[in-house]
Amino acid sequence: MNKLILGRYIPGDSILHRMDPRAKLLASFYYIGIIFLARTWQAYALLLVFTLVLIGISKIKLDFFIKGVKPLLWLILFTVLLQIFFTRGGHVYWQWGFLSLTQYGLINGAYIFMRFVLIIFMSTLLTLTTPPLSLADAIESILKPLKVVHFPVYEVALMLSIALRFVPTLMDETTKIMDAQRARGVDFGEGNLFQQMKAIVPILIPLFVSSFNRADDLATAMEARGYQGGEGRSKYRILKWRTKDTVAFILMGLLTIALIFLR
Amino acid sequence: MDEQKIIQVEQLKYEYPQSDGHLALNNLSVSINAGEWVAIIGHNGSGKSTFAKSLNGLLDLQSGSVMIDDLPLALDTVWSIRKKIGMVFQNPDNQFVGATVEDDVAFGLENQGVPRPEMIERVQEAVKRVGMLDYLKREPSRLSGGQKQRVALAGIIAQQPEILILDEATSMLDPKGREEVLATIHKLKQETNMTVLSITHDIDEAASADRIIILDNGQVYDQGTPADIFAYGQRLLDLGLDVPYPEKLKAALNKLQIEMPTDYLTTERMVDYLWTLHSKM
Repeated sequence: MNKLILGRYIPGDSILHRMDPRAKLLASFYYIGIIFLARTWQAYALLLVFTLVLIGISKIKLDFFIKGVKPLLWLILFTVLLQIFFTRGGHVYWQWGFLSLTQYGLINGAYIFMRFVLIIFMSTLLTLTTPPLSLADAIESILKPLKVVHFPVYEVALMLSIALRFVPTLMDETTKIMDAQRARGVDFGEGNLFQQMKAIVPILIPLFVSSFNRADDLATAMEARGYQGGEGRSKYRILKWRTKDTVAFILMGLLTIALIFLR
Repeated sequence: MDEQKIIQVEQLKYEYPQSDGHLALNNLSVSINAGEWVAIIGHNGSGKSTFAKSLNGLLDLQSGSVMIDDLPLALDTVWSIRKKIGMVFQNPDNQFVGATVEDDVAFGLENQGVPRPEMIERVQEAVKRVGMLDYLKREPSRLSGGQKQRVALAGIIAQQPEILILDEATSMLDPKGREEVLATIHKLKQETNMTVLSITHDIDEAASADRIIILDNGQVYDQGTPADIFAYGQRLLDLGLDVPYPEKLKAALNKLQIEMPTDYLTTERMVDYLWTLHSKM
């Protein structure tokens, strides 16, 4: 499970680490949106430089980001190859039946590849520099306007933060159950697909049952401590919007203008 | 003599669904004085936890009445009663609500709508009391069981309740963690003079109480000071309970035809008795 880079947080003290999670979340989404504005190699060069500078500021090793790309490598290759061989137009280098290698195909393939890498780098940067809990806070804060349409913002945020808090606990328990079942002779990852799926059952069912018990205990403990729902609660953690968060958005605005200019 | 009764329970009955008429609590009547430390012991299924949960309305009363600090437990008083009672449960992992230590300690205060500046102060104070100040930002997965129980305790302290209920709070801890948690509670009790109700299998924890109540089949089987109760010796073992170490030693010595006093001996008194016996020989 340690290979999973997505959703991991690396403690640090860079400007990016100290930014308001709302600003980071919104800015990352915005950035991913404007990547699609880029249509020329100059625009992609600008975006790549921008992203690499941000990674430099975060003081996190580039290895982590490359690791983030790895699990998606096959998807990226698949999409890029499709683009390369199925796009027509421009100079034709090679042709065989319905497959063709053309100038536009190659350019499009390169662009798609860049888009994937940029999006993954940016979202990895977001999760690596923001603790999951802050992200949950940010989501709550961003969803707040939805209260008008009676969306249970507070409950969703509570669910999110409890879910995040129990991830490591449940991971530990899963390993424990797996070891216990192994000790009793269950083979994991052996045999054909059907046998492998059957071997999962002795992990899944105890895990479900214990989650029910946990939920019951937790609800009792919460009630005993006076939890009555989102109304009338005060908040311990608060988010603070500072100048650097506004600056981030000004930068995003400038980047947008530059991208439109480079179309 | 007129001590203030902080908990008064009359004729409590409780039957779990699908229990075929077995009463978890059977006409239980108990009263507890303010500032008292009471240990409730009994074998599994004797109704200890059911009793604890019915005190602050976590279980609906089926018959009988509960009075907490002159407030009868009812639908409209249950939240003010929960403010007066702090509970620490058995499993340290399952009662940790917050994502970090400070969040968890603040959870109860958030529920009460305490303003943030006051909250920060009370969280700091409570965490300091249990000696976890260096761990404020830690996640539960990086704490030991004993540390998690101390955090649970801090969460209760921050709420400043009058009554502390420990529902087998030390039963999942190692001996060191248990010692830490108990020492913290003893210190707390001295400083704030709160009422402590500890439900326990741990006989040493019970021995440090002012009064012990034995539950059996949902009823009070007997109650008295630890000295009274532990003097029962064999009778306790028959009830499925343990006796403190000096009592076990006494029974073993009795078997070897060495005459021992019949009343309960603490560790110190046992040592005293043994050396006087030795000098007489």
